[in-house]
Amino acid sequence: MDIAFLLNGESVSLTDVTPTTTLLDWLREERGLTGTKEGCNEGDCGACSVMITDDSGSRALNGCILFLPQINGKHVTTVEGISTPDGSLHPVQHSMINHHGSQCGFCTPGFVVSMAAAHLNGATDHDVQLAGNLCRCTGYAPIIRAAKEAEDRPVPDHLLFLAKNIPAIQKSQTEPLNSKAFQPRNSDALADWYVANPNATLIAGATDVGLWVTKQFRDLGAVAFLNQCGDLRGVTETSDKIRIGAMTSLSDLETAIEPHHPSFAAMIRRYASVQVRNAATIGGNIANGSPIGDGPPALIALNATLHLRYGDTRRSLPLEDFFLDYGKQDRQPGEFVEAISFPKQADDLRCYKLSKRFDQDISAVCGCLNITRDGDIITAARLAYGGMAGTPKRASAAETAMIGQSFSEITIRGAMAAMVDDFQPLSDMRASASYRMQAAQNMLLRYLHEANGTTTDLMEVTA
Amino acid sequence: MSVAKPLPHDAAHLHVTGAARYVDDIPTPRGTLHLAFGLSAVARGTITAMNLEKVKAAPGVIAVLTADDLEHDCDVSPSNHDEPLLANGTVHHIGQPLFLVIATSHLAARHAARMGDIDISAETPILTIETALAAESRFEDGPRIYQKGDAPAALQAAPSRLQGSIDIGGQEHFYLEGQAALALPQDNGDMAVHSSTQHPTEIQHKVAHAIGKPMHAVRVETRRMGGGFGGKESQGNALAVACAVAATTTGQPCKMRYDRDDDMIVTGKRHDFRIAYDVGFDDQGRIQALDFIQYARCGWAMDLSLPVADRAMLHADNAYNLDHIRITSHRLKTNTQSATAFRGFGGPQGVVGIEKVMDHIAHHLGVDPLAVRRINYYADITEPPTVADTGTAIDNRTPSNGIHVSSDGIQTTPYHQPVTDCIINALTDKLAQTSDYEDRRAAIAKWNAEQPILKRGIALTPVKFGISFTLTHLNQAGALVHVYQDGSVHLNHGGTEMGQGLFQKVAQVAASRFGLPLEAIKITATDTAKVPNTSATAASSGSDLNGMAAKIACDTIRDRMAEHLAEKYQTTAENVTFKDGSIEIGADKITFAEAAASAYQNRISLSATGFYKTPDIEWDRIKGRGRPFYYFAYGASVTEVVIDTLTGENRILRTDILHDAGASLNPALDIGQLEGGYVQGAGWLTTEELIWDDKGALKTHAPSTYKIPACSDRPDVFNVALWDAPNRVDTIYKSKAVGEPPLMLGISAWLALSDAVNACGGNYGDLQTPATAETILSACQKARG
Repeated sequence: MDIAFLLNGESVSLTDVTPTTTLLDWLREERGLTGTKEGCNEGDCGACSVMITDDSGSRALNGCILFLPQINGKHVTTVEGISTPDGSLHPVQHSMINHHGSQCGFCTPGFVVSMAAAHLNGATDHDVQLAGNLCRCTGYAPIIRAAKEAEDRPVPDHLLFLAKNIPAIQKSQTEPLNSKAFQPRNSDALADWYVANPNATLIAGATDVGLWVTKQFRDLGAVAFLNQCGDLRGVTETSDKIRIGAMTSLSDLETAIEPHHPSFAAMIRRYASVQVRNAATIGGNIANGSPIGDGPPALIALNATLHLRYGDTRRSLPLEDFFLDYGKQDRQPGEFVEAISFPKQADDLRCYKLSKRFDQDISAVCGCLNITRDGDIITAARLAYGGMAGTPKRASAAETAMIGQSFSEITIRGAMAAMVDDFQPLSDMRASASYRMQAAQNMLLRYLHEANGTTTDLMEVTA
Repeated sequence: MSVAKPLPHDAAHLHVTGAARYVDDIPTPRGTLHLAFGLSAVARGTITAMNLEKVKAAPGVIAVLTADDLEHDCDVSPSNHDEPLLANGTVHHIGQPLFLVIATSHLAARHAARMGDIDISAETPILTIETALAAESRFEDGPRIYQKGDAPAALQAAPSRLQGSIDIGGQEHFYLEGQAALALPQDNGDMAVHSSTQHPTEIQHKVAHAIGKPMHAVRVETRRMGGGFGGKESQGNALAVACAVAATTTGQPCKMRYDRDDDMIVTGKRHDFRIAYDVGFDDQGRIQALDFIQYARCGWAMDLSLPVADRAMLHADNAYNLDHIRITSHRLKTNTQSATAFRGFGGPQGVVGIEKVMDHIAHHLGVDPLAVRRINYYADITEPPTVADTGTAIDNRTPSNGIHVSSDGIQTTPYHQPVTDCIINALTDKLAQTSDYEDRRAAIAKWNAEQPILKRGIALTPVKFGISFTLTHLNQAGALVHVYQDGSVHLNHGGTEMGQGLFQKVAQVAASRFGLPLEAIKITATDTAKVPNTSATAASSGSDLNGMAAKIACDTIRDRMAEHLAEKYQTTAENVTFKDGSIEIGADKITFAEAAASAYQNRISLSATGFYKTPDIEWDRIKGRGRPFYYFAYGASVTEVVIDTLTGENRILRTDILHDAGASLNPALDIGQLEGGYVQGAGWLTTEELIWDDKGALKTHAPSTYKIPACSDRPDVFNVALWDAPNRVDTIYKSKAVGEPPLMLGISAWLALSDAVNACGGNYGDLQTPATAETILSACQKARG
């Protein structure tokens, strides 16, 4: 397919690109821009971070799992474009030198790009902004000192200009329906094409599909890039419902969910990294059917409904019913996730993500507990877990054990005991089966203690 | 003088702009080919058939080589000649290279490398300590034993006695830049190699053998690595040899870099250990006798396992004076990646062993573990240094407080080296004070009593680390310095730059010797054609050895210049001083550039080599006696943590570090080593978990599953300071090595977690490593009983 974009201010047009060429490979191998590094080639280390600017703003993304069609019509800023065109340094580059923020220097370009993107956006939650950039030398302390020092320095003009002047560059023409690499402008075009190509691979953020290519060398067959389907993106609120378009990024979901369910938002902040959340979509998180995705347990606990579309036919089902078995979902060929919605409700949801590392780690167990009380009596409970079965799954025996009972340790311990009938978790490199079970049970206890005002959050403790 | 200034890394500007070139960034000539290994999927067995037709037919493939295609000896072992580049009949671990794909692109090579159809008659792999012991699968004939005093008898006589053991996990280096090499064929089949290596001379040596040439036919250049940590001491050999062989075969330049997963599956890691202990002590916790058995899982080939295991034994005492100690070391051969050098080189495992003992004794006695540590410390040496510090191996001075001294008046290590530079007591006192240790410990106990779910813990642990290669002949280095006629200086030495700032430190030395600003010194890539026969940049020795060699080279040129100027100005060389870019000759003053021009015009050589060897060390590794180390580096850290007793999740709240870098050559770079070393050490003992399945496949081979510390894992409060005192022995500007020792500062994080675990109940939690959330939760249960 043909694409066009701006690279560090310079217009680039490419014809006949292999749609699964990554931006990182193109930059390094074709363009000779070697400042952007390959550290892991799977979106986990951030050495390949680039800044992408479009009409929704500027954000850091991982270039190693970003396919060229995903940058069609956008502006790409690599580390080479962070300094001003006359060669003077960006404030974060200055402060990285001043504070000795680089040692071996290999992760540094990625850090600089992430820091510049955060700086441009006025973000000062540096631990969150940089969770997706790994450094093995410095222990991070000098990098954070550098980020703090740069906070109040002005954004260089050339980057401000970028953010305010989204290039009106030529985007590719809409391809014919028989195209094997398709980039629809809206969901109607997608629906038609997908009916014609029902076994195609849909690529939303490519944070999972990217690895099928870079690590597994899978032949994706026909592909559609959904990133220009603006009508699938965004969160809409009505009096009783919140509806999230499938192409809503995890970053946008976090912002939208924060006022309603802050615990869910806090968990999303630990979902991978800024770079991944800027690319990954909630639709992709659901549709790939992973038993360890963090979105589905929270949404199931909120009693969410999934909205699917095939051609002009639409249907809806409870999200938990979508996940049939490991690797198997209730989705027909040619049918795609259009949106997810859930009822507005009082916030009784607590999301507990348990992983080996606090940030940017896949959950060993993700417990999302939504317990409704009338006075002291539990009237409803939706306890949804990831990592405990082949699919995201509710702990129905535990729910049954607590509904109608008083909200007390005795009840909770009863539900904990009942949970052994709900799950037979696996042992793997993330956790043993027995630890998964014990932690999943203890999450109920944590919910109780937290509700009773006991300190249970490690983040609340200071030295 | 530029020495002791907190200057930034020499390449900092290049790093932040993305302009610093690593091997994979070097522009390559047209026609450069790319390589990938086909890997064994079986841990142990015999190859019965290799069907590579699909590989050869894959798009972009130029050639495929197996062991049978190799003309010369292509061994890539750094020690024992037991690592064929490509498996020759038998396979020894999952991930062992079986065949080499040469293709037109990196992707084409990787893709084709998966298409091999290999038949292997599999045998049951030896994966664990137990199975290796049962099979007598080991390096060296039997266990190695070092001892001092009579540990078995003293154990019998001790008032109290405890037994236990500690599992110590391995560690993936996770240098951000994976292994990489580029070979460029030269005239007559000679080879120029760019390698991401800590050991260019070894690359040269191995490549020369592999292409059947003398070493003079191979030139290896290393400008910088994107991290090394020991992982590029020997593990780059395979890539460089593969590139050279493929370049010889095809006549084309060849480049190879491992994809991250391949890197983690193929290359060695830190040795995992189990250390069993039997300790006798009195009612104050003073150790009467200690018997350690160290089991090291070395993997399939010897690599550097013998000196690693030796160093673990040599650090079994850490900072503690032990009269009766026996250390038994088993070096076990397993069908896993060949474990290799990693920052600390076995030392950290030895230190973890005895720190676990301290923790266990303290819990048994119900006292602060710091009290047990202090009562067992070596005594500080407070008198000013004497000739004996730099002279012979035996020192007869009595330590300051007169305790813990053997009958002949000398405090010695378990390997009979006198400890004559100890400062750990004073350093601990100061750190305990500046970190407010006692009050915080009391406050934590009070807080824990009120909290049902969360528990906090605190620990202060010391480090004493021996500085020198234990293989004595490696303690040598060379430098090459040119002064050009315009007064600019070209600096070269045998050390490699992996991020530690070695190049800047040595440049600071050179600038200081010539009295020049740092900008006058050109830092250049390590190059086997400039300085030959170098040792690996390892064992923390980089600035000690290369700084001294560079100083000697600079002084040679400076003395020649001084002599020339003295003659010209009718004075003596003592009256010539080099300062601030100028040279004062009596009352006259000229610029350094003028002096260089004058020397040139008068036919004075402005080029010199410098050579340095560490004095006064001698070591018998079989007997376990001697002075393997020129000196010791000391340090201590205090960590406070909080744990969640429902899940084992945890966080580091505060860390305070006080560390001895002697008279620092560059305090900013040294503090960088402390911060980075601490976090890397804490990661090793907490979230970094290597898991192999029962077939021997490494399941944690990417950052998605192997979790090094991320940004938020660093301590919330992180106070780091240098212990400001010159080295007692005569090192470069009286500085001390600072590469490896800080890693062991991270041990306080693990023991703070142990402290928090032990707040859950009356029993000993016996926290193992890596202390993942799961391990912590299990220890909490043990503590509760």
